[in-house]
Amino acid sequence: MANTVMFIILAVFILGSALMCVTTTRIMRAATFMLFVLFGVAGIYFLLDYTFLGAAQISVYAGGVTMIYVFAIQLVSKRTLQGLEERVKSSKMIAGGLAALAGLVVVTLILLKTGFYTQEIANVEVPMKEIGMALVGSEKYQYVLPFEFISVFLLACIIGGLVVARKEDKA
Amino acid sequence: MIPVECYFALSALLFFIGVYGFVTRRNLIAMLISVELVLNAVDINFAAINRLLYPNGMEGMFMTLFVIGVAAAESAVAIAIIINVYRKFKSDSVDAIQNMKG
Amino acid sequence: MFSYTIFIMLLPLLSFIVLGLAGMKMQHKVAGLIGTCSLGIVTILSYLCAFQYFGMDRVDGVYQTFVPYNFTWLPLGNLHFDLGILLDPISVMMLIVISTVSLMVHIYSFGYMHGEKGFQRYYAFLSLFTMSMLGLVLATNIFQMYMFWELVGVSSYLLIGFYYPLKPAIAASKKAFIVTRFADMFFLIGILTFGYFVDSFSFSFAGDIVMGQGTTPFIEGNIAKAVAAGGFIIPTALVLMFIGGAGKSAMFPLHIWLPDAMEGPTPVSALIHAATMVVAGVFQIARMFPLWIQYAPEAMSIVVWVGVLTAFYAAAVACAQSDIKRVLAFSTISQIAFMMVALGVSLPGHHGAMMDNHAQLGYMAGMFHLFTHAMFKACLFLGAGCIIHAVHSNEMALMGGLRKYMPVTHITFLISCLAIAGIPLFSGFSSKDEIITACMQYSPVVGWIMTGIAAMTAFYMFRLYYGIFWGTENKEAHEHHTPHEAPLTMTIPLIVLCVITVGVGIYSTLGGFLGWGGSFGSYVSAAGTDYTIHFDTQIALTSTVIAILSICLATYIYKGESQPIADRLYATFPKLHRAAYKRFYQDEIWQYVTHRIIFRCVSTPIAWFDRHIVDGSFNFMAWGANEAGESIRSWQSGDVRQYAVWFLTGTVALTLILLCI
Repeated sequence: MANTVMFIILAVFILGSALMCVTTTRIMRAATFMLFVLFGVAGIYFLLDYTFLGAAQISVYAGGVTMIYVFAIQLVSKRTLQGLEERVKSSKMIAGGLAALAGLVVVTLILLKTGFYTQEIANVEVPMKEIGMALVGSEKYQYVLPFEFISVFLLACIIGGLVVARKEDKA
Repeated sequence: MIPVECYFALSALLFFIGVYGFVTRRNLIAMLISVELVLNAVDINFAAINRLLYPNGMEGMFMTLFVIGVAAAESAVAIAIIINVYRKFKSDSVDAIQNMKG
Repeated sequence: MFSYTIFIMLLPLLSFIVLGLAGMKMQHKVAGLIGTCSLGIVTILSYLCAFQYFGMDRVDGVYQTFVPYNFTWLPLGNLHFDLGILLDPISVMMLIVISTVSLMVHIYSFGYMHGEKGFQRYYAFLSLFTMSMLGLVLATNIFQMYMFWELVGVSSYLLIGFYYPLKPAIAASKKAFIVTRFADMFFLIGILTFGYFVDSFSFSFAGDIVMGQGTTPFIEGNIAKAVAAGGFIIPTALVLMFIGGAGKSAMFPLHIWLPDAMEGPTPVSALIHAATMVVAGVFQIARMFPLWIQYAPEAMSIVVWVGVLTAFYAAAVACAQSDIKRVLAFSTISQIAFMMVALGVSLPGHHGAMMDNHAQLGYMAGMFHLFTHAMFKACLFLGAGCIIHAVHSNEMALMGGLRKYMPVTHITFLISCLAIAGIPLFSGFSSKDEIITACMQYSPVVGWIMTGIAAMTAFYMFRLYYGIFWGTENKEAHEHHTPHEAPLTMTIPLIVLCVITVGVGIYSTLGGFLGWGGSFGSYVSAAGTDYTIHFDTQIALTSTVIAILSICLATYIYKGESQPIADRLYATFPKLHRAAYKRFYQDEIWQYVTHRIIFRCVSTPIAWFDRHIVDGSFNFMAWGANEAGESIRSWQSGDVRQYAVWFLTGTVALTLILLCI
C-alpha cells in the first residue's frame, strides 16, 4: 500500500517535471526541471530496493551532470538566460507530437499484448558486498571488464572534450 | 507490489516526452536535456525488469550503472561540441548549423 | 612438318607492332631495315615452304592439303570461327607472289621514300599489309579470310591516305574504304548464308586434309543438306561472295576507287593495287572453285560477263588517260578482269569427271596470269615510280624522250610492256594465251572479244611507253633539272622482277610449244593433277600477230616527235575522247545515286529518327531523373530535428511491420 502511494507520487512528480521541462521556453527552468526528474528517478530506484543505484544516480547524475549543463548554459546561451524566450514553430510541434504519439501507441500496444510473469520477491535490498564483488570480479557474469572499459572510456571522453573545446591558438 | 506494467508505462511516457522535447526544441542544450530524459527512462526500465522479473540476477542494475556513467561522459563531449559550434556559428540554435542542406 | 609457317604470319605482325609503337623513336634507316629484314626472312621461309611442298610426292596424283595450324577461336554451337594456316597449291603460290613483290617494294621504298616524313609509319603499315595479305591466302575457313580481307582493306586505307595533309589523298582513301566496305557487306551476307545452310565455314570441301598436331578438325560441311534445302542457295551465297570480291578486285561498277587510289605512294600502288590486294577477289573464287564448278556452273556466266565488260571498259578508258599511274591503274583493272573471265569460263567436266581439261584450263590460266601479272605489273609501277621521282610529276605531257637519261628504267619498262602485250618469250604471252584458249573453248564470241581487248591492251601500253620515253622532250624542264637514273635501291627490284618475267616467259613459251613438263600447270591446277601446258598453235599465232599489229599501230601513231594522227583523231571525236578521259562518267553516276537517292530517301529519315526518338528517349530519361532528384531535395534540410522525426517514424514503422509478420 505504501509502495503504491509512493509510486503514484513519484510518477506524477517525474512526469509533471518532464512535461514542464520540454515545454518551458526558458532554458534555466528546463535544467531545473531536469534536476527534479533526476531526483524522481532516484526515488524510483529507492522504491525498487536499489539503494546503491539510487545513491549513484543522485551523486553522478543529479550532482555532476546537472552542474555540467548549468555551466554550459552559462557559457552558451547568454542571451537566452537574460529572459529571451524561444519560439517554437507550430508545425514542428505538431509533427513531433504526432511522431511521439505514434511511437507511444506502438509501445503501449506491445506492452499490453505481452504477458509478464512477476516473481515474488522479498523486500530486502541487494547486499553491498555482492555488488562490490560482482563489480570487480573476473569470473563469469562479473563485471570487471566493463568497469575497466568504462574507466578508460571516461578518460577518453574527458580528453576528447578538452581537445574539442579548447581555444584555438591564433598563430 | 506494484505490477511491472506500471513501471513500463512510466518509462514509456518519460521516453516519448523526451523524444518530443528533442524534436521540438531549438536550443541545443535543451535538446541535450531531452536526451537525458530518454536515457533515464531507459534506466528505469532496466531496473524494473531486473528487480521484478529476474530478481536472481544483477545484470539490469549494472547496466543501469554503466548507462549512468556513459551518459555522463557523453554529456561532457556533447557540451564540448556545442561550445565549439557556438564559437563558430555564434548561435545556440540548431537552425544555424544547416551546412549539409542539399 | 610445316610448323615454321607460323613465322610467316608472325614476323610481319611483330614488325608492325615494333615499328608502330617505337618507330618514331628510331631513325629512318633502322625502321626500314627492321621492316625489310623481317620480310626477307618471310620470303626465305615462303620459298622454303614452296620448295618443300612442291617437292613432296603427290598422293593419288594430287598435291595434298596441309593444315599445320588450326585452332578454334570462337565456338558458336555447330559453327565455329577458326584461325589457322592452310597449305595447298594456290596458297603456296600466292605466298611466293606476295613475299617476292613485298620484298621488292620494301627495298624500293628505301630509295623512293627517302627523306619523307613518316618513313617509319610507312614501313609499319607495309608490314601490316603483308601480314594481312598472307593471312588472307593462308586462311583455313571463309570467316578467317573475311577477317583478313577487312584488315587488308584497312591497310590499304592507311597507305592510300599516307600523305594525309593533302585533301585528295584523304578523299581517295575514304572512297577506297567505303566502296570496298559496301561490297564486303554482300560478302558477309554470302558468308552467313553459306554458314547457315552448310553448317560450317571451312574450306574442306573434299575432306581429304592432313591436319597438324593439336589442331581442331573441321566439322565436315553438310553441303548435301544445303542443296536439299534449295537448289538456289549455294549459287546465291557464292554470287554474294563474288560481289564482295568484285569490290575488292575493282570490277565494273565497283572499280571507282582504284584510279583514285593512285594518290598513295607509288610503291604502295605497286604492292597493293597491282599485285596483291586487288587479286584477292580472284583468289576468293579460286578458293571456292570446287563449289562453283559443282553447284553453280550457271552462275559462272555472271562472272564471265562482268569480267568481259570490265576489261573492255577499262581498256577503253586507258586509251585516253594522261596520268601515267591512271593508265597503269586501268590496265590493272583490265588484267584482273582477264583473270576473272579465265576462272569464269571453266566448265564442269564431261563424262563423270567433275574437273577435266575444260575446267582445268581456265583455272590454271587464271592463276598463271595472276602470277605473271603480279611480276610485270609491279615492275611497271615501280618503273613509273622511278620516272615520277625523276620528273616530279605524273603527267605524260611533261615527259618525253626520257630514254636517254634513264636507261635501266627504259629497258625494264619496255620488257614489262612486251610482257603485258603478249609477245612470245615473255611471261605474259603464256598466261594470256591460255586464257584466250579457254575462252575460245567456252564460246567463240567471248574468245574474240578477249582477243580484241588484248589488242587494245598492247595499244595503250605502247602509247604509254612512247609517250614517256620517245616523243618530244620537255626541254624547259630539263634545263632546270636534268632527270637522272634512279638510285640502286630502286633499280635493283626492277631488274629482279624483269628477270623473273623473262625467265618464266622463256621457260613457259618453249615448254608450251615443245611439251615440256614442270611448268606452272604441273603445280597449280584445278583438280590438283599434273597439267602440262600445250599451246594451241592457231590461237597462239593469232594472238601474237594481233599483238604485233597493235604495237605497230601504236608505234606509227605515237613514236614520232609530233603525233599528227592522234591530234586528228582527237579533233574528230572530241566528245568520245572527253567521255573516255572522264572514265565514262562513272563517278558522277555513283555520286548521283548516293546523294539524290540514298541520302535523301533513306539516310535523312533514319537520321531524324536517331536524333529525335533515340536521343529523345535518353534525354527524357535524364530529364526524369533530374526532376525526381529535385523533388526529393527538400528531404536534405540540414535540420537535425527533422532527421530525428523521420528516424523515429521509420523505427515505429519497422516495428509495426515486424509485429505483423
